[in-house]
Amino acid sequence: MIYEPSVSAAVIFFVFVGITLGISFWLGRKATDSKGYFAAHGQIPWFVNGVAFAGDYLSAASFLGICGMIAFYGYDGFLYSIGYLAGWIVALFVIAEPMKRLGKFTFADALDAKFQSPGIKLAAGISTLAVSVFYLIPQMVGAGVLVQPLLGFPHWAGVVIVGVTVIMIVVTAGMVSTTWVQFIKGTLLVIFSAILTVMILNRGFSVATEEQTGLRTIAFPDGVPEDWTRFVDQEDKWSNFIRFKDESNRIRIFTQFDRDTDKGRETWLLEAQYTSTDKDGTVFVNGEPKGKKKGEPELHPVGHISKLPGGVDETGPLGPLSFFSTLQESEVVLWGSEKIKEGDDQTTTVYFQKPTLGSQVLRPGEHPKFKGIRGKDFIGKLNFLSLMLALFCGTASLPHILIRYYTVKDAAAARKSTIVGIGSIGFFYVLTLYMGLGAMTSGGMDVTNSNMAAPLLARSMSELLFAAISAIAFTTVLGTVSGLILASAGAVTHDLMSSYLKIEMDDHEKVRVAKLSSVVVGAIAIGLGILFEGMNVSYLVGWAFSVAASANLPSLIMILFWKGATKEGVITAVVVGMISSLGWILCSAETMNSVFGFTGHAGFVPFGQPGIVTIPLGFITLVVVSLLTRKPEPEAAA
Amino acid sequence: MGLVLFAVYLVLYGGFVLINTFSPETMEATPIAGINVAILYGFGLIIAAFIMALLYGVLCDSNDEPGSSKEDDQ
Repeated sequence: MIYEPSVSAAVIFFVFVGITLGISFWLGRKATDSKGYFAAHGQIPWFVNGVAFAGDYLSAASFLGICGMIAFYGYDGFLYSIGYLAGWIVALFVIAEPMKRLGKFTFADALDAKFQSPGIKLAAGISTLAVSVFYLIPQMVGAGVLVQPLLGFPHWAGVVIVGVTVIMIVVTAGMVSTTWVQFIKGTLLVIFSAILTVMILNRGFSVATEEQTGLRTIAFPDGVPEDWTRFVDQEDKWSNFIRFKDESNRIRIFTQFDRDTDKGRETWLLEAQYTSTDKDGTVFVNGEPKGKKKGEPELHPVGHISKLPGGVDETGPLGPLSFFSTLQESEVVLWGSEKIKEGDDQTTTVYFQKPTLGSQVLRPGEHPKFKGIRGKDFIGKLNFLSLMLALFCGTASLPHILIRYYTVKDAAAARKSTIVGIGSIGFFYVLTLYMGLGAMTSGGMDVTNSNMAAPLLARSMSELLFAAISAIAFTTVLGTVSGLILASAGAVTHDLMSSYLKIEMDDHEKVRVAKLSSVVVGAIAIGLGILFEGMNVSYLVGWAFSVAASANLPSLIMILFWKGATKEGVITAVVVGMISSLGWILCSAETMNSVFGFTGHAGFVPFGQPGIVTIPLGFITLVVVSLLTRKPEPEAAA
Repeated sequence: MGLVLFAVYLVLYGGFVLINTFSPETMEATPIAGINVAILYGFGLIIAAFIMALLYGVLCDSNDEPGSSKEDDQ
């Protein structure tokens, strides 16, 4: 799609981001010592901290990734919402208070409160870094996604802008301002999502016409224009499609669709869209050279309903429940894509319509990553279980969520913040299903990029709402990224330099080192954000959760609840959990295809999500090594 | 007590995941108002999480000794 930047949208966007940064600098001006920098002096009110939890959590991943996945595949994206929220139950009921009683600044401090071992600091510090960097990737990808339609910049520019802004926030401010930014963004995100949902319900559903979609629907064979000539395809490559040359000699590609009605079977040809690149690298869209401005050839926006219950054209406003029951009985056009190579240099990507019953859209198992649950194959089911386990266990082990427990005064405040957080996050996740399905039927989706669904949905409502939503999402990305970079900086300063390498530093030097490491981590994140452009951000977040859960959760739980844990056990568990989950991900088919570019590579592991193997592995390692290295007198360990 | 609530939620969540995994057809049934089990159960899980969190908060507050519940430190 071509993204035409609009002046009003850009103005709102910059005002928004400017105000946020202003607040952040103003509030952060006093945070010069290390306790203020990392933990906001433990003085953040619990309600603010709770909403800031939501702000931290509801970032690129939730807003862009989940909405996009629902918009393109239906219910499956919502499974992420459910898993992410369930993770908070672990955080609240199991981790929150014991954590608060134990630690000082970082995850490593909490682990180490019992043992005073530099080895633990080192292992935990490295795992914090690994998880943070992994979690940074989807945030950066999301940031690039947001900037593209709004300001018309390419993806990499968006990533760089976010990276540089965040580094500035973190270097000038610290935890105080990060928290306030998150509070403001969390509040606005939930409010604006609610507004968007009300607008979706108010708009209801309508059947799209040919003028709206820009694509032909032809009754076959009678409706085909006489001056079109049909290609007779000898090659298997095109066997899924029917191709014509139209009256102006342009190639048009169709798929055949049979629909059973009361009057018997009807056969239709549904027009597909395609982009092709020839040997000179010129890009063609639907057979014409790709345009640069509005009105010139580009892929049509997609996302429409092809049939409503009772044969009506429009439903009018719907209630929150009739929204689902109506969709259940409708037929929605989803999109598939196929890459076809001809000769050496010509590649065509065809995006074709897949009319899908509403009852299928609203059931689990339609997304290619989830369809395993519908098969007989046990490995597909395991992959799904593995993901849901990682989401469940991951939240409580994310470093930037953990450090938020230290920004409040005591255990009771930590608890209250978490409850406020669960409330706001849960409410937002309920809205994601409406927003995702609203986007699916909004007629404004970019067929090539699922991450863009939520902002484009807002755009289909109004340009102003689009600017506001994008600005909120963008600043939330900023906040989340700063939280993560702060967590990494804390890990480097406290765990690696101060505790492990025993470098003596006073408070000001610590803050300076932290700022320096923020810049380095930020730069790494920018690079990775550009590299992972094409992947759905929710899928990437699922991986970050797997690594966090595998590396951190076993030690965290066992230290809090098992007296027999030894320092050797903790160190090995962190290292084994981290390396096994990271290794698994790097060897998976998804990484081979999307990152290293080995198309069609099956990967070296049976399924993509490591959690179900590596989380138990972490626990087992910890227990076994602890038992082996147990001191003769059991009191010594306690 | 937190662990008891945790166990309850684990059963609810585990049930949801296992039904999805081994009997996805169950999720397609539409028992109430034309809405399928997948949506009802999913929304139920989110609402249950919030209710249990509130419950936990109330229970913990009543356990705290009186006088220690200064709430806002702003």
